[in-house]
Amino acid sequence: MIIYGVALLSTCLVIGMLIGQAIGAALGIDANVGGVGIAMLLLVLASNSVRFRPLSSGAAAQGIAFWSAMYIPIVVAMAAQQNVAAAASGGLLALVAGVAAVVVSFLLVPVISRIGNSEAASEQRGDAQ
Amino acid sequence: MIDLIESVFLRNSLVVAFAVIGVTIWFSYFLADKLTAGRLHGSAIAIALGLLAAYWGGTVTGGSKGVADITLLGGIGLMGGGMLRDFAIVSTAFGVHLSELKKAGLAGVVSIFAGVIVSFVVGAAVAVAFGYTDPIAITTIGAGAVTYIVGPVTGEAIGASGEMITLSVAAGLVKSILVMIGTPLVARSIGLNNPQSAMVFGGLMGTTSGVAAGLAATDPKLVPYGAMTATFYTGVGCLLGPSVLFFAVSALF
Repeated sequence: MIIYGVALLSTCLVIGMLIGQAIGAALGIDANVGGVGIAMLLLVLASNSVRFRPLSSGAAAQGIAFWSAMYIPIVVAMAAQQNVAAAASGGLLALVAGVAAVVVSFLLVPVISRIGNSEAASEQRGDAQ
Repeated sequence: MIDLIESVFLRNSLVVAFAVIGVTIWFSYFLADKLTAGRLHGSAIAIALGLLAAYWGGTVTGGSKGVADITLLGGIGLMGGGMLRDFAIVSTAFGVHLSELKKAGLAGVVSIFAGVIVSFVVGAAVAVAFGYTDPIAITTIGAGAVTYIVGPVTGEAIGASGEMITLSVAAGLVKSILVMIGTPLVARSIGLNNPQSAMVFGGLMGTTSGVAAGLAATDPKLVPYGAMTATFYTGVGCLLGPSVLFFAVSALF
């Protein structure tokens, strides 16, 4: 049943969000700390475990795969409701601060990717050649 | 006649959004194929079109939610809103192997803290370069460069003016939009082609919407890895911004 997969996905998200909100509350901030990330971990664990096989294989898997395939359309809808006008009218300071933060962060990706994993770094070198 | 169209569109807003986004994506893939011969990913064009439409919507309506503020297109707000976005992001984790996550675990955690601190320092330095000397203003703008959520959360916690908070949100929005557009362009040169670097990328950039769209336009297979770390970033930012980072700025200025 497709709904079983959808329900598994939903349950993971709700539990993750609850944990994320609880972590936020424990830290004294009104923010969800990693709720989505925790939900993703739960789904990874569930889909790799034998006990949840009936909820994550066959027709049930299609219920998850559908939402996964809807990801890009949803992201396009998300882009269409960003406050681009406000970003554009934020002036030079906002523009420089935002651009500089992105450029420096981009530059750090290859640096930090090397931490504790020489394998990935050598893969990258292989691709560059 | 117009009333009739409006009432049907309003009552079926989410369904209208599915149709409109579907047509947009079809058109984007068509452009990607014909104009760029597949060099530019169709989803990158679709996201860019979405942002353009959002700019247009924002200028026409004066609202803060892009095209979703246009009455007939309100369903786009639901389709691209936080709930369905998170739902779809989580679904991408289906089929991810635990071993891939473990391999980049340490680098992923390091990247989250490095990302928050580096973006903050860069944003704060820009504020100083623009002549700000008030630690509250410097901290708020720095926090805005972390994400557009961390900016106002930090600003409100330390008593920044409304003007500063607006500025920090704008800085965060610029960051998020630039990550959406820039990621596919720089992916190759920063080695963004495997799950490990995607996790580091998510942790460093941190803007969930920027990472979600940037990776989608680069390689959808990398999405779950980047999204996983990115979702911790805003929380860490909200935690460090009004505390450690504000104290550090106060000590310096």
